Amino acid sequence: MGGDPTPKRSAAYVRALASGGASVIELGVPFSDPIADGPTIQAAGLRSRAGGTTLQSLLRSAKQIHRQIDPPLVLMLYVNLIEQRGVQPFFDAVAAVGIAGVIVPDLPLEESGPFSEAAQAAGIDLPLLAAPSSGPRRLAAIARSSSGFVYLVSRYGTTGARKGLSPQTRELIGQAREHAASARLPLAPGFGIATPADVRAVWAAGAQAAVVGSALVRTVASGAPPTALRTQVERLMGRRR
Amino acid sequence: MTDRHRRRPPSAKRQGLPLRYPPRGRFGPFGGQYVPETLMPALEQLERGFLQAWADRTFRDEFDRLARQYGGRPSPLYPAARLTQHAGGAQILLKREDLVHGGAHKFNNVLGQGLLAKRLGKQRIIAETGAGQHGTATAMIGALLGLPVEVYMGAVDVERQSHNVYRMQLMGAKVIPVTTGTQTLKDAINEALRDWVASVETTHYLLGSVVGPHPYPVMVRTFASSIGIELREQVLALQGALPDLVIACVGAGSNALGTFSAFIDDSRVGLLGVEAGGTGRSAGRNSATLSLGSPGVLHGARTYLLQDHEGQIQPTHSIAAGLDYPGVGPEHAYLKEQGRAQYRSVDDAAALRAFHLLARLEGILPALESAHALAAALEEAARRPADDVIVVTLSGRGDKDLITVAARSGVSL
Repeated sequence: MGGDPTPKRSAAYVRALASGGASVIELGVPFSDPIADGPTIQAAGLRSRAGGTTLQSLLRSAKQIHRQIDPPLVLMLYVNLIEQRGVQPFFDAVAAVGIAGVIVPDLPLEESGPFSEAAQAAGIDLPLLAAPSSGPRRLAAIARSSSGFVYLVSRYGTTGARKGLSPQTRELIGQAREHAASARLPLAPGFGIATPADVRAVWAAGAQAAVVGSALVRTVASGAPPTALRTQVERLMGRRR
Repeated sequence: MTDRHRRRPPSAKRQGLPLRYPPRGRFGPFGGQYVPETLMPALEQLERGFLQAWADRTFRDEFDRLARQYGGRPSPLYPAARLTQHAGGAQILLKREDLVHGGAHKFNNVLGQGLLAKRLGKQRIIAETGAGQHGTATAMIGALLGLPVEVYMGAVDVERQSHNVYRMQLMGAKVIPVTTGTQTLKDAINEALRDWVASVETTHYLLGSVVGPHPYPVMVRTFASSIGIELREQVLALQGALPDLVIACVGAGSNALGTFSAFIDDSRVGLLGVEAGGTGRSAGRNSATLSLGSPGVLHGARTYLLQDHEGQIQPTHSIAAGLDYPGVGPEHAYLKEQGRAQYRSVDDAAALRAFHLLARLEGILPALESAHALAAALEEAARRPADDVIVVTLSGRGDKDLITVAARSGVSL
């Protein structure tokens, strides 16, 4: 979560994620009503807002952080924050600070048209989210309308770490992989992926990436130093046991 | 997007809907389906199920039968003679939704959605509630239909409405306190949506008003439209003419749309929605979304919201818990922009005065929500001629508000 717990500490954590080997870094923008998020990310958003973080301040700090690290930065935020800025002005502002992509958890395929057009015009990737309930027809359309990668919500429910990966998740990854492949996009499963074993399982099932959120946010919430976050990423990436 | 994914708007006439069906869930620029992908197939299923059910004679007969035998519909239309005399102008008639089972108009929506959940084979119902009125109505329908009900309620509201929590529990519902965010209605909706994202295969989310993603706004308005359909017949029978003005309170807006929908095409009938002016115009002191807010996206729809310049939703206030919500149904936003309905706000103090006035003059304790509509009716009646007719939807009874009213009057119960 961007700005969690303070803008300065958050920047140090982002650099730690980069040095640990993360290939893409997702920065959450805090919102008052995050319906897709579980308790861990909700609490992070509250800390971030209490620390004074706004979309505007986050864009400013992203501009600096982006120059200090290699992996691309991706924003995660809810539709209303984009709407209030204006859809095209938002994507232009995002591009101006060097952000590579935007993930919008409450933007389904049917509403994505104007957002995808504006993102494309600004040169920003806008991956759409696919879900366990999507079925083959929607999976194919979601993959076709995505850019950057396809974000696969790998199970029912909100964001948050859970124990182990279910056989259904593996099966789902198998199905979604084909649709992503025909759109020539990598598949990135997220939601409930927390441990190195989860990441290995997701990759073994055919995904090219894995999104780990709450498990890392929990480390930040614990007050651990940035080096702890770097070690955690190294483990997730299989670079350290 | 391919054509296959474009929703074909069903013919309103064939489906027997009281109003035009919103194409792709859009009321002009408002409405839509801004929800996580996980819910989209369920919303499609719900829309299909709703349209098939509403076109099915058996479903409609069951809806009408239970509305009559269990709900006490039709609710009467009552010419309030002493209130009219007091206002000293136009005649005031009251549509008595306070006399419907459960003590509020909420009955209409929960009956429709409850029967639909059963028809769709759902095994569990979840709902949100603010003060507890919608939660109570949902608990009632869960008991009637034999479906387990779980109600999300802000921890702050659980505390201040303990008697309503107990009412729900008596009817077998489980009440889950919500400790996130502002711990009030909007956070209860957030939490119900989070539950639904996890449980959507087996669970129906019985949303309490004309808000949320399509098809909720049109579906809830359709179930609530019994109010306006009855009212139109009753006022024609009683007066031999349509009313000059129809007034209803607007929180999220279901009783108002249920009332207005029967009169939308009668261009000479004025429609007035009354919002909560609270204790002032600044942020956090009112819930006057249409009067003071701006367009944005919350809980799955684009509509008017009370928000800051970046789009963070603001806290709200009203003496009437049922009006205390930072959004409003997208169809209201559309009616406002089209100029077909007018919206204004009435503050806490004026609502309270109207509450006392109706109690003393007519022997009716109105819900504090409905008292907002009454206060506006008194103002309007006073400046209109005696042959004008104003109808007010008395959306609920005020027994639930006794503690609030007593406290404001310095009385301890």
